[in-house]
Amino acid sequence: MTKNIKKVFLYVVLILGSIFMMYPVLWLIGASFKTNDEIFSSIWFMPESFDFSPYIKGWKTSGAYNMGHYFINTFKIIVPRIIFTVVSSSLTAYGFAMYDFPFKKLLFSFLMAMLFMPQTVMFLPSYMIWKSLGVLDTYIPLTLPSLFASEGMFIFMLVQFLKNVPREIDEASRIDGCGTLKRLFFIYIPCIRPALISIMIFTFLWTMNEFVQPLIYISSVEKYPMTLALRMSMDSTSQGYEYNKIIAMSVVGLLPSVSVFALAQKYFIQDITAGSLK
Amino acid sequence: MKNNNKIKKYHNPVGESKYTGLFLVMPFIVGFFLLQIYPFVVSFVLSFTKFSINDTPEFIGFKNFKMLFSDSDFWKAFFVTFKYVIMLVPLKIAVSLLTALMLSTRIKGMGFFRTLYYIPSILGSNIAIVIMWSFLFTSEGLVNQVLDAVGISKIGWYGEETPAMWIIVFLRVWEFGSTMIIFLSAINDIPRELYDSARTDGAGNIKTFFYITLPMLKNAIFLNLILQMITAFQEFNAPFLITGGNPLKGTYTVAMMIYDESFKYYNIGYASALSWVLFVVISLLALLIFKFTKKIRSD
Repeated sequence: MTKNIKKVFLYVVLILGSIFMMYPVLWLIGASFKTNDEIFSSIWFMPESFDFSPYIKGWKTSGAYNMGHYFINTFKIIVPRIIFTVVSSSLTAYGFAMYDFPFKKLLFSFLMAMLFMPQTVMFLPSYMIWKSLGVLDTYIPLTLPSLFASEGMFIFMLVQFLKNVPREIDEASRIDGCGTLKRLFFIYIPCIRPALISIMIFTFLWTMNEFVQPLIYISSVEKYPMTLALRMSMDSTSQGYEYNKIIAMSVVGLLPSVSVFALAQKYFIQDITAGSLK
Repeated sequence: MKNNNKIKKYHNPVGESKYTGLFLVMPFIVGFFLLQIYPFVVSFVLSFTKFSINDTPEFIGFKNFKMLFSDSDFWKAFFVTFKYVIMLVPLKIAVSLLTALMLSTRIKGMGFFRTLYYIPSILGSNIAIVIMWSFLFTSEGLVNQVLDAVGISKIGWYGEETPAMWIIVFLRVWEFGSTMIIFLSAINDIPRELYDSARTDGAGNIKTFFYITLPMLKNAIFLNLILQMITAFQEFNAPFLITGGNPLKGTYTVAMMIYDESFKYYNIGYASALSWVLFVVISLLALLIFKFTKKIRSD
């Protein structure tokens, strides 16, 4: 009996917590259909009537480009970054997990140090370097670093996965005459596919959210990614008080991340339920 | 003899050279030196110069640091950042730990709840969410309307330093998902037998929490503490977008000051010195936490 009461209590707490966690997002979605007056007069998330004009107006923007343009810009950063990250991280992790080589321990501790390096310190000098290379206001400073296994977290994760691949497969493939890279592509990559997919998802979500880096490197509006465009609309409407427009575009800005999350839920849920994302 | 040792040092399969691995991790090595070490050194050198973006750097010794220590903005920014870290980190860790404990019970529908609680941490740093958050706390925003509805007087969140700071702290606490996951996996690793034997010895829930759960989680707590502290010291996005550092620079963090000095005023030398002070402070604190917890962690 007491066990049941405990269970009910736990559910009540969990549901209350869920409301707390999700209500702001629900309210945001609801507010995007509201009139400006209604946004600030009602705490209930459902709008009185669904007005799509904030979406239409917001999408067109008050500037020279519509939101679609900024979306494409974001994807121009995301796509190369995902490819670069997957290639460089798997090569590096493969080297660390499967081979023994000079300075391995030292290099691995560098990897560890990279995880804890405060990146704020790097902004200015990195900016100077990209400036001296003449690539400011291009996507190169945002994408090229991914080619150099710049995410220590991912390498750690892949090393763990690679070490769990049974050694027998490796030996068999050697006997069959598979070379170093061939083994990586045909034996290991298929084995660690779930980990690689998580890496892609996280790279996607992080890039979608990224703000400081584009803020520093991208100066022409034409090249703005979604995040900077949203911030710009926030500035320009502060005189116009068209909050619903900004909110509508915020919802649109969240859509790619939400869809990826929904589609890739399997991978997240595995991580979350197993609690294995270390 | 020495030579023999050297050969034995690298255990690679037959036919593979000791350089194969080195070759494979080459992207990392190049990247580490070019994108981490090199900028790091450049920043160190620049911190001893007077340099604004288009002229040549001029060596001025410790002058930047002297100027910093007599700059009231500098002290204020550090005060604000420390205040933020102290308000945020313990609260976030406590909330993540308690939620992780609830979510680790094995009852129906737990997977659903875990996903739900995790979502804000994925979306949370998105600009869209940050913008939304800033709307929630306006004078007629959702939070004040709720406060009004339950009979508490409205708060002018943006008008005073501490309430304005809470806006940012609440946002970051709300996104506790990744911290929670580290706890969840650590809780999963606690052997069930420990609880079973404690129960047979007659220990209650509170006792098992303090004598089993908490001690078994000390590494996870330590890891989260370090990670959250390092992140919190560099907070930029939320104050930049939500409060703009206001009111009275009450949410103007060190990271914002670095950004302004670098990209608004182009005081490159000064900004580099400031970055280095922040780096040293973070490192020292991390080291202190590491030292202080060493005994507890190794018990």
